[in-house]
Amino acid sequence: MTEKLTMANALNRALRDALRADDTVMVFGEDVGPLGGVFRITDGLTAEFGDQRCFDTPLAESGILGMAIGMAMNGLRPVVEMQFDAFAYPAFEQLVSHAAKMRNRTRGKVGVPLVIRVPYAGGVGGVEHHCDSSEAYYAHTPGLHVVAPATPEDAYGLLRRAIESPDPVVFLEPKKLYFSRAEADLSKPVPPIGRAVVRREGTDATLIAYGPAVPVALEAAEAAAQEGRSLQVVDLRSIVPFDDETVCAAVRSTGRAVVIAEAAGFASVSSEVVARVTERCFHSLAAPIRRVTGFDIPYPPPKLEHVQLPSVDRVLDVVDELQWEYA
Amino acid sequence: MTRDAAHLLPSAEPVTLIDPDGHPVPQVGHSMPDPQALVRAYAALITARRFNDQANALVRQGRLAVYPSSHGQEACQVACVQVLGDGDWLFPTYRDTAAIVTRGVDPVQALTLLRGDWHSGYDPLQTRVAPQATPLATHLLHAVGVAHAARLRGEDTVVMAVCGDGATSEGDFHEALNFAAVFRTPVVFLVQNNEYAISVPLARQTAAPSLAHKGIGYGVKGERVDGNDVAALLRVLGDAVDRARAGEGPQLVEAHTYRVQAHTNADDPGRYRSEDEVAPWLGRDPLVRLEAYLGITKLINETDRSRFVEHAEALAARMREGLGEEPVADYRELFAYVYAEPTPQLREQQSMVADEMAREGTA
Ligand SMILES: Cc1ncc(C[n+]2csc(CCOP(=O)(O)OP(=O)(O)O)c2C)c(N)n1
Repeated sequence: MTEKLTMANALNRALRDALRADDTVMVFGEDVGPLGGVFRITDGLTAEFGDQRCFDTPLAESGILGMAIGMAMNGLRPVVEMQFDAFAYPAFEQLVSHAAKMRNRTRGKVGVPLVIRVPYAGGVGGVEHHCDSSEAYYAHTPGLHVVAPATPEDAYGLLRRAIESPDPVVFLEPKKLYFSRAEADLSKPVPPIGRAVVRREGTDATLIAYGPAVPVALEAAEAAAQEGRSLQVVDLRSIVPFDDETVCAAVRSTGRAVVIAEAAGFASVSSEVVARVTERCFHSLAAPIRRVTGFDIPYPPPKLEHVQLPSVDRVLDVVDELQWEYA
Repeated sequence: MTRDAAHLLPSAEPVTLIDPDGHPVPQVGHSMPDPQALVRAYAALITARRFNDQANALVRQGRLAVYPSSHGQEACQVACVQVLGDGDWLFPTYRDTAAIVTRGVDPVQALTLLRGDWHSGYDPLQTRVAPQATPLATHLLHAVGVAHAARLRGEDTVVMAVCGDGATSEGDFHEALNFAAVFRTPVVFLVQNNEYAISVPLARQTAAPSLAHKGIGYGVKGERVDGNDVAALLRVLGDAVDRARAGEGPQLVEAHTYRVQAHTNADDPGRYRSEDEVAPWLGRDPLVRLEAYLGITKLINETDRSRFVEHAEALAARMREGLGEEPVADYRELFAYVYAEPTPQLREQQSMVADEMAREGTA
């Protein structure tokens, strides 16, 4: 049964359903209580579940995540909100040194089933420290799962899966997509974290994107179709684990690929995708895999963010350069 | 709104119940622990000292990669465990291996980390001892989380969270005290002030009147105790645990002690402190002090003492035996415990190593 809803609605429903389904789920962070979070993702949860299940903490990100680790060690399933991407950095040590390593340190005896929700990336006119694409920091850390939905339906399903996961999940919520509406069927079974999906079929080249870059890829594919070029679009959905199978099958079927990501390109998830695909699909490639990414600069001020963000035009320009003369 | 702060302030001097010569020191508001507790602490002190000596020896023999000794701090090591119940938790640092052993963890398992075999050698859930924390102060927040979860589940668990004086400068120390106070979680923070963070003296760590004074800013009661007097520690920590269990919120206890040995075997304390500074502390040894008291009060006899020494010797023998041989390391474990289910990438990498080993004939 489908309905039209925003990603923000879908995330709120996921939290609500998880809180209903499992007493051990706890939601906390800054302003997530009566206010419902600055993006209203936790709207109404304190009212429905009480201030022991959904509560405000003191303003301290390391404290939030560190306490969540202890709670997870002792039988609970915390879902914490970091208010904005760049404000998660004070919690980085807890994430990297403890959440990611606890299972390994204890030889499998102690897992930390928690979810760190991070409203992330740009395109919303935010001032500095409100628009970082921080996925590479997380993806580089063994022990963490890293997920970035691009649709309301995925946002719901992946968040439910993340909360059920026995391991820590960094759940990246593209701010730009919070309030975009789409048809969604929340009752549909969701594949486990780690599966990519082909969002649009195509035969000439494959666009690989995740999170906020997915709509850009779809738009580019639509525009290319008008010009007679058939572009396939793969949405990664999960960065860790990475779905080599789906991505490689897609690239082999077209022989050409472009990776699109908002984050700076240097030493990034997009570079990882290019490396992996090249290693596995070299003989199927008719052209080098290209990337369209943010520049290697601190995220620009709002008036200039359009320069940084991968645009449909940039994607189409790069697609044009995919050495079409070689069949 | 301001609240009355006086009751949060620590005493002007650290609480002492037995002086360095073994004589009782009467204290208003702090009674002597009962004799059995003191005798038990004495036995544990002998074991803890023997543990430290043996671990140092094992480093010299190359059996341990490194050992941060708690020699001279054994009263803290023993007391912070003896005031806990079976259901309570201990959150130790790298220096608190003697405390872990006092808790009943097998000494060889307790040294697994320092031996370089695996990170946590014991099962934290079964022993209720968290993995030893190397990053400073980060574990104090986990302690708050464990205690908070316990309270939400209706258990009356208390968590003992231990750190050093240097760790009190870290942001996580402050976040932990604040979170614990706001949520009234039953955590006893024990700061073992041993005067040094590697080479840096306390004066470079803080300008506060004492580390226990730090509690007042968070609404946490602070107390100072003589960290070489096991009787005072049992009393002060025991009362703190009782208050935390009774729902009075977190407690902060600063134990004044001294790190008489080097930071670790890799450290050269001659570069930052003189022998003259160390000497007086040797005269305040926690073990000698309690022994003198028990002698004066005739709470133990020579037979008891030999029994305790024998037990400690057996533990040392177990350490020598358990650490005598190289541990057998299994490379598959490296890939097995990163996630509950290994990712496809990890499976691939594991079979790559397996192939390599098969080729080299080492599998
Ligand atoms: C976050 C962090 N920074 C630096 C270090 C390196 N380091 C290890 S022990 C230590 C000194 C700690 O002193 P203190 O907290 O007083 O404990 P003690 O060693 O005296 O028991 C330092 C700086 C560390 N382990 N963690």
